[in-house]
Amino acid sequence: MRTAFSKGFLMHRWGMVIDLDKCTACQACVVACQAENNVAIIGPEESAKGRTIHWIELIPYIEGEYPHIKARLLPRPCMHCDNPPCTKVCPVYATYINEEGLVGQINHRCIGCRYCTTACPYTVKYFNWYPPDWPKELKGSLNRDVSVRTKGVVEKCTFCSHRLLRAREKAKIEGRDLLPEDYIPACVQACPSGAMYFGDLNDSNSTVSTLSRERRAFRLMEELGTEPKVIYLSEGM
Amino acid sequence: MEEKELRLEEDAILFEPIRRTGRPFYLTLSILVAIILWAVWTYLHQYRHGLGVTGLARPIFWGVYITNFVFFIGISHAGTLISAILRLAKAEWRRSITRSAEVITVLVLFFGVGNILMDLGRPDRMFNIIQFAQFRSPLLWDVSSITIYLTASSIYLYLPLIPDIALLRDYSGKRKWFYQIFALGWKGTERQHHLLEKGIAFMAILVIPVAISVHTVVSFVFAMTIQPMWHSAIFGPYFVAGAIFSGIAGLIVAMNLIRKVYHLEDYLRPVHFNNLGILLLVMTLLWFYFTFTEYITVYYGGEPIQMTIFWSKFTGGFAPYFWGMFLFCFVIPLPILSLRKTRTPLGTLIASISVIIGMWLERFVIVVPTLTNPRLPNEAVSYSPTWVEWSILAGCLSFFILLYMIFTKIFPIVSIWEVREGREKSVAEVQERIKTYLPGIGAE
Repeated sequence: MRTAFSKGFLMHRWGMVIDLDKCTACQACVVACQAENNVAIIGPEESAKGRTIHWIELIPYIEGEYPHIKARLLPRPCMHCDNPPCTKVCPVYATYINEEGLVGQINHRCIGCRYCTTACPYTVKYFNWYPPDWPKELKGSLNRDVSVRTKGVVEKCTFCSHRLLRAREKAKIEGRDLLPEDYIPACVQACPSGAMYFGDLNDSNSTVSTLSRERRAFRLMEELGTEPKVIYLSEGM
Repeated sequence: MEEKELRLEEDAILFEPIRRTGRPFYLTLSILVAIILWAVWTYLHQYRHGLGVTGLARPIFWGVYITNFVFFIGISHAGTLISAILRLAKAEWRRSITRSAEVITVLVLFFGVGNILMDLGRPDRMFNIIQFAQFRSPLLWDVSSITIYLTASSIYLYLPLIPDIALLRDYSGKRKWFYQIFALGWKGTERQHHLLEKGIAFMAILVIPVAISVHTVVSFVFAMTIQPMWHSAIFGPYFVAGAIFSGIAGLIVAMNLIRKVYHLEDYLRPVHFNNLGILLLVMTLLWFYFTFTEYITVYYGGEPIQMTIFWSKFTGGFAPYFWGMFLFCFVIPLPILSLRKTRTPLGTLIASISVIIGMWLERFVIVVPTLTNPRLPNEAVSYSPTWVEWSILAGCLSFFILLYMIFTKIFPIVSIWEVREGREKSVAEVQERIKTYLPGIGAE
């Protein structure tokens, strides 16, 4: 029911397209996200234990079989599934899907049971094993639009939903409707090769909507029925 | 009155632990308290610094605490469930073992729940579970089910305690006011006996579906996700069988200890261990059957994502845990329990300790390998629990033993009135009952 509702044509349904042909794996998106969302800096020691936090991350995967093997890198934000496995299992509604299809995370309600982190097949959820920390120089430049997490809570990519709030307010002040180009996540904005697109999947004329119907378009693990809203355009076709 | 005094003498040894407390008790007590204090300090350390002090990381978000949770809830199935089944089946040999079983259930549940709470990143927010309860989450099913189970088993433990508390009120002299309150004015009249038996019978029936639901929803925490080797329909019954399996083992260990420490060889006899041993043998085979079914279906399906986990258990990094589990759950207990000669108190004790270790490993082997091999490629992270997690496990075990010890010092660990009832009434009753089974003995 929720799915049908969020797909309703009156609402926006925010989605992302990542063109792997254009992606150079420069990781600008990762850095931009880190700065935009006050993602904690984890030292080398803890990183080696697997405790880094990256709301968007480049994941390596191998394509094809020997001798025709290709190593690829794939930028992986939260998929913002239309049918998210994580929201179902949260005992306190700390993670939820809203009517515009954004999968949100309420850090101030999360009890840190990490059920959503284990339920997510894309492993996009991260946990604050220690209180988040930054080098002194960075502490002054935290983004005031994004709340800083505490130790013991889960966090993940929100498609920079604070930017949507901002854009809405701005449009309201200017007395106009929200335009799709008003709202764009930090990673998409930072991508130097223009490999990332963001917009309304419900608008059949939007770039993301057009691209999502391309022959190259695929979603990660579509067979699980999660209906991700991050669409990849495959490489070299 | 005179007659009652006499009868007190009869089972005097059952009152001994309550009457007298020797030096070994205080020695054990202090060791346990020391371990518990250490664990408390460890937990405070974790509370202060965060879950980073454990060996957990991404993607292995769950480890020893969740294993402990499933394990302790499993052990809790010893008591209430077995006692209820034996009562309903009118198994006469139950009389001296039901109490010690029921206590396990009530006490160990706290440690199951405790481990979940210690696993929380923000335990200070645990009441959000009530305030913002989302009943789509299997965790909420656990909360509900375990709460009902704890309440029902506490009542089920308390009801048969009442006549014994009354005995203590009348004859023990110690803590009279305490027994006075909890005896609820028990006088042993016909009517009271009738009500009590009705109550016990009702609770015995009620508690069985509740107990089964508890471990089923514990398994649902895993089975309701779409993660490979968790998303399995067999998990409900598999977990319930495993729970009863480890529960009986826990009961046998407890009975062995009580028997030795309080010299209750007359009450907990070889026949009890033999019978429980047979039950444990049945569960050993059932456990093997479930495990075999679970893994052979995965193997034949051959889905790559499942096979990665499968091989990590069979030959990969988790092979020591997996084969350890197989050794302790099956290879060791099976021969011991199969032979009449080794189904002695000592034999069943060895088999039970083995089963308990094996079942802890089983839970670990279910939780960790799946998380270690997520669907998307990930940096290779391996999980090794830290001293924090081991200390807390040791603390939980010690705390459980401590509470159990204290219970035996306040209440008789063998149900006195039930044993007496057995002696006085049941022999004739059973004879009558047998007559009704057979033709040609004269009874209808």
